[in-house]
Amino acid sequence: MKRFKFSSLMLVLGLLFIYLPMLILVIYSFNASKLVTVWGGWSVKWYIGLADNTQLMSSVVRSLEIACYTAIAAVALGTLAAFVLTRVTRFKGRTLFGGLVTAPLVMPEVITGLSLLLLFVAMAQMIGWPQERGIVTIWIAHTTFCAAYVAVVVSARLRELDLSIEEAAMDLGARPWKVFFLITIPMIAPSLAAGGMMSFALSLDDLVLASFVSGPGSTTLPMEVFSAVRLGVKPEINAVASLILLAVSLVTFLVWFFSRQAEERRRRAIQQAIEEGAADSWKQPDARRAAAPVSV
Amino acid sequence: MKIRKLKRALERITPGGRQFVIGVPFLWLFLFFMLPFFIVLKISFAEADVAIPPYTEIYNFVEQKIELVLNLGNYAMLGDDELYISAYLGSLRIALFSTILCLLVGFPMAYAISKARPERQTVLLLLIMMPTWTAILIRVYAWMGILSNNGLLNAFLLWLGLIDQPLQILNTNLAVYIGVVYSYLPFMILPLYANLVKHDQSLLEAASDLGSSNFNNFWKITVPLAKNGIVAGCMLVFIPVVGEFVIPELLGGPETLMIGKVLWQEFFNNRDWPVASALAVVMLAILIVPILLFNRSQAKEMEGRA
Repeated sequence: MKRFKFSSLMLVLGLLFIYLPMLILVIYSFNASKLVTVWGGWSVKWYIGLADNTQLMSSVVRSLEIACYTAIAAVALGTLAAFVLTRVTRFKGRTLFGGLVTAPLVMPEVITGLSLLLLFVAMAQMIGWPQERGIVTIWIAHTTFCAAYVAVVVSARLRELDLSIEEAAMDLGARPWKVFFLITIPMIAPSLAAGGMMSFALSLDDLVLASFVSGPGSTTLPMEVFSAVRLGVKPEINAVASLILLAVSLVTFLVWFFSRQAEERRRRAIQQAIEEGAADSWKQPDARRAAAPVSV
Repeated sequence: MKIRKLKRALERITPGGRQFVIGVPFLWLFLFFMLPFFIVLKISFAEADVAIPPYTEIYNFVEQKIELVLNLGNYAMLGDDELYISAYLGSLRIALFSTILCLLVGFPMAYAISKARPERQTVLLLLIMMPTWTAILIRVYAWMGILSNNGLLNAFLLWLGLIDQPLQILNTNLAVYIGVVYSYLPFMILPLYANLVKHDQSLLEAASDLGSSNFNNFWKITVPLAKNGIVAGCMLVFIPVVGEFVIPELLGGPETLMIGKVLWQEFFNNRDWPVASALAVVMLAILIVPILLFNRSQAKEMEGRA
């Protein structure tokens, strides 16, 4: 079992490698010294200073706004795409469709950003929209690439679902739309929430796409941070970065917490149903369902 | 009665649910993902111009004749100029080596997670996933403070007495490698884990019963079964790294030539949109095979036929 120990050691070292730099960043954001590499005692003055920086604050508000719109649109679009990929097995252009859904995951951002900007410029010339680039164009860019992430998360969930529940509803006369909204959506709700929060975080983080498709006067938070970071390490940026880290950890924790709760509730409901079913002696409980795989 | 007739007529002309479900995401992705590439292709044949937008039209309509002017100058320039060729090669080299590094570090980690107890797996996965949701910008920035000449790493090494003067790490290729492996490691681990966790343990037990060593088991059973995960993980790292901009810009130095950075400079600093487009077209042509590979592995995964 030597290999097992080696891989566990790698896991611990890998996690240290991932988290140590972030931890150092957070600690140094409380550094009183203006020199970022010299420790001058604890202080929160950089955080207090942030509140006075109106330019930064307006970019924070703008970024949050875009992230909200993106999360909603990406979940809607990504769920539709995942539904098509897992349920509609045969239609013309299915391979192309699958490619279009997954390619944004790997496409280098500089290519996507450049191509979308050129599209917007061409559209402005031809149909006069969008006259100026800003929140809407950034939202479109973010939705396109976040929808791919949502599609991957949701399709994993859709594949696990027990098709017989939907079939039963259809046999009882429910229209496809009704089945989708009353049966399918509640069952995949945890993955929708996860996809939505993921899109929110991804949109909040994006620098490259936003830089290409934003117009004057619509700088987002990452663009603001980037232009400051280019000139070197600064204590104010340490504070901003720590706040972003805090926000993302909080969102991640919430996703985990809620999906775990939903999973618990589901398992308890199934357990209860089985017990009730077992009370009727002529019904056989379906033990396979109780052992349904757990996933986030 | 009339209303019902009207309704039925309406139903006949409006697309059904099926077309709608397929059509909406298809149209969106076609309009905002696929169509733009053709525009990039078109503009890569234009000439830079001092105008808004800063390029010439490639076709015009004069005296009932459509003139199509394809300017191949941008591509000729890419072939002639040493800078662009070495930027492409530099990008490919950095992407290749960092993919290998990520695989070497990520595989044991994914393996350890897949062997952990189920409750612990969720927590470990979350720990791996969280950084991917955090701005790459911030994670790269964290390294700037650590790697700089008077940063923590140098201070630590000096304190240990291993070196007597600070090493220049920031603004070198080494820093770029550290940054890339650091940022993309989760993208390697997640698909590998998703694959490894599905493996049937009884296969390994059967092999061991028949006298196969652990080492043999690993290479003959685990690795071949994990092929799809390995391909997906490697592509998730390799393809985006080729076009990476943030990491070489912040951690790299003058010796770091990467195509994403060159494209950014052509576009934002030189405002030469046609050359930037040509750079993007060539980059896409290089990446099309890996992208198709990735899409195929994803399609298999999504249909559950992996």
